[in-house]
Amino acid sequence: MGTNKTAAAAEKSRFQVMLEQFGLPRLILSGFLLLLLVMAPFVGVDLPTQITNIINRFSWNAVLVLALVPMVHSGCGLNFGLPLAVICGLMGGTLSIQLGFTGAMSFLMAVIIATPFAVLLGGGYGLLLNRIKGGEMMIATYVGLSIMSFFCMMWLLLPYNNPKMVYGLSASGLRPTISLEGFYDQTLANLFKIDFHEVAQSLHISLGPLERIKIPTGSLLVFALLALLIWAFLHTKTGTAMTAVGSNPNFARAAGINVNKIRTLSVIMSTWLGAMGILIYQQGFGFIQLYNAPNNLTMPTVAAILIGGALVNKATIANVIIGTILFQGMVTMTPTIMNAIVHMDMSEVIRIIVSQGMILYALTRKQEGSK
Amino acid sequence: MSQKKNALAGKKALELLSGNAVPIMFIIICAIFIPLAGFSPSYLLNEIITRMGRNLFLVLCLLFPIMAGMGLNFAMTLGAMGAEIAVILVADWQIWGIPGVVLSMILSIPFSALLGFICGTLQNMSKGREMITSYIINFFINGWYLLIVLYTMGPIIPIIHSSIMLPRGYGIRNTVSLLNMRQCLDDLLAIRISGVKIPVFTFLLVGLLCLFIVWFRRTKLGQDMRAVGQDMQVAKDAGINVDRTRILSVVMSTVCAGFGMVIYLQNIGNLPTYTGHSQIGMFCIAALLVGGASVEKATIGNAFLGVTLFHLMFIVAPSAGKVITGDSMVGEYFRVFLSYGVITIALIMYEAKKRMEKSRAGQELAQAQKEEEAAQ
Repeated sequence: MGTNKTAAAAEKSRFQVMLEQFGLPRLILSGFLLLLLVMAPFVGVDLPTQITNIINRFSWNAVLVLALVPMVHSGCGLNFGLPLAVICGLMGGTLSIQLGFTGAMSFLMAVIIATPFAVLLGGGYGLLLNRIKGGEMMIATYVGLSIMSFFCMMWLLLPYNNPKMVYGLSASGLRPTISLEGFYDQTLANLFKIDFHEVAQSLHISLGPLERIKIPTGSLLVFALLALLIWAFLHTKTGTAMTAVGSNPNFARAAGINVNKIRTLSVIMSTWLGAMGILIYQQGFGFIQLYNAPNNLTMPTVAAILIGGALVNKATIANVIIGTILFQGMVTMTPTIMNAIVHMDMSEVIRIIVSQGMILYALTRKQEGSK
Repeated sequence: MSQKKNALAGKKALELLSGNAVPIMFIIICAIFIPLAGFSPSYLLNEIITRMGRNLFLVLCLLFPIMAGMGLNFAMTLGAMGAEIAVILVADWQIWGIPGVVLSMILSIPFSALLGFICGTLQNMSKGREMITSYIINFFINGWYLLIVLYTMGPIIPIIHSSIMLPRGYGIRNTVSLLNMRQCLDDLLAIRISGVKIPVFTFLLVGLLCLFIVWFRRTKLGQDMRAVGQDMQVAKDAGINVDRTRILSVVMSTVCAGFGMVIYLQNIGNLPTYTGHSQIGMFCIAALLVGGASVEKATIGNAFLGVTLFHLMFIVAPSAGKVITGDSMVGEYFRVFLSYGVITIALIMYEAKKRMEKSRAGQELAQAQKEEEAAQ
């Protein structure tokens, strides 16, 4: 009896250690996603289509989530100021179309045009965040909202006149949603795209339901490239310095690192990656969304990286990949499964509760405390 | 001598100017916009007084957490949600007029208090970043609010009248009409002076809350709150239960916000079920800050001045924007931009000041140490 008890206790503690390492919310969410995937065939939902959806949505969102990594590393916290980065990307996209570029060229030009905006705005944002160390997250939120509402005016006032973008009647002021057809819609996704249906046809075999799977290789490759760059960067001297600044600024300063410079660099990197992220999102989604739309992506993005196991001051590339798959999996699977079972779409509500709950959980955890 | 006096006066004036930069900026904006918008003075006065009656109670409820050093309570929206649930139920029971308003207020207390308690507990778990936590709690509880109102009202929480339900048989309509409750508080004892309606009773309620705040500051609990706001460690050493005091301040704030929301809704006359509360927190905080309040200090005067200036700007901005740019949407975006901007500036000033004080304290400590070493 006694040994039994201790064995049970040991078992429990091992379980607890595992729990602590993996995190209870992540465990629940992984279980939930697994349950959805298992349930899918039984309620008549087409699994291959769902998997294609998840891969697609992963390819849209992954770079945006990746954009949070540098700022978390340098101790600037979760970048709730993501709208700022999104605005840079929007400037790139709209200007590229305004200047008359089409097709794949418009995407390349959007990237090139967005870069100086990201460097300038990101630099200014970084300098601001250096002056308010400790309160970054709250101020980031409101800097993002302010710049977004400022640009709401700018979209109306800037002299855009491409008929594909402006209101038809007044011929000025950008429309809230701009279709990218003929511009950079699916530019990356169609690059080296693997369509199992075509593969099966060319090989003269039948893959059954697997034929419905399509993989947007180009987008995934771009994400892989950017993730690799960030990973490599974090292992350079500057990258290590960034991690040092994030984990202990006083120690970093004592070691002769220019803390403010490193932090500004990390913010510029985050902003540039965010701008790239929104351009990649748009090429997958097929539309540019303006006005209040930049803020729609902030919370899902932050929630995704936290679901992947990141902390307020620690994030890895693995967190980004796992988090994006889990979150996007949940977002795509829940509505279809729910509709199939109860004919009631509660997915939006579930998405809000899960993502905000995740952020709350990260903010209220004791161990990483305030620095 | 007189030069010195002048310099001193000048310095004082400069301090006054920099201390009240935000209200002065808004006075200037209003001064430019009002003639451009071209509204008649009596119309403006009427609007301002209506909006004061509508919003003052909500703005005043922000004072409690500021007193306890917890910053701007972005989670006052929780109180608004509690009140909205109460109002939906009362509207369903068809209790109208003054009894309906009073019942809504009473019914909102348990909801708001519970939500406030949750919020305060979570904020205690995240000391040092209360504001961002309260900001996120907003969205989190909004999710639960949607769950309750969209899916459980009807099948689980009984709703008698299908007129307030969505046609699909469960969930509440996007707008719930409160026509029979409309302005019943405002019309009580209302006075009309040359076309300007003054809702005396609503102002009486606001006055009561002001008196309560003034009285509360002198009670034991009020003093405790201020002590906690000054320095949590010192307060703890003095035997104050810091966590409990902080939770109480948030609960008081949310309960007051619930009352405020009922007043707000009876003035508007309908309940926008899913959007009613979403912007309340932001506009109230912006209004308080426009009145010259900061993250750590706010007075009743700030609230009055802030609501007046902020809503004056709010009324005239679209028309003025149309005159300047030819598009009224620009004016609407401009006022949203100003609301966000003023909150951003207040937060930046607060954090920068906190850092400056921290480094000054460090320098003083180093100086004292040096002196001590020199003495030895």
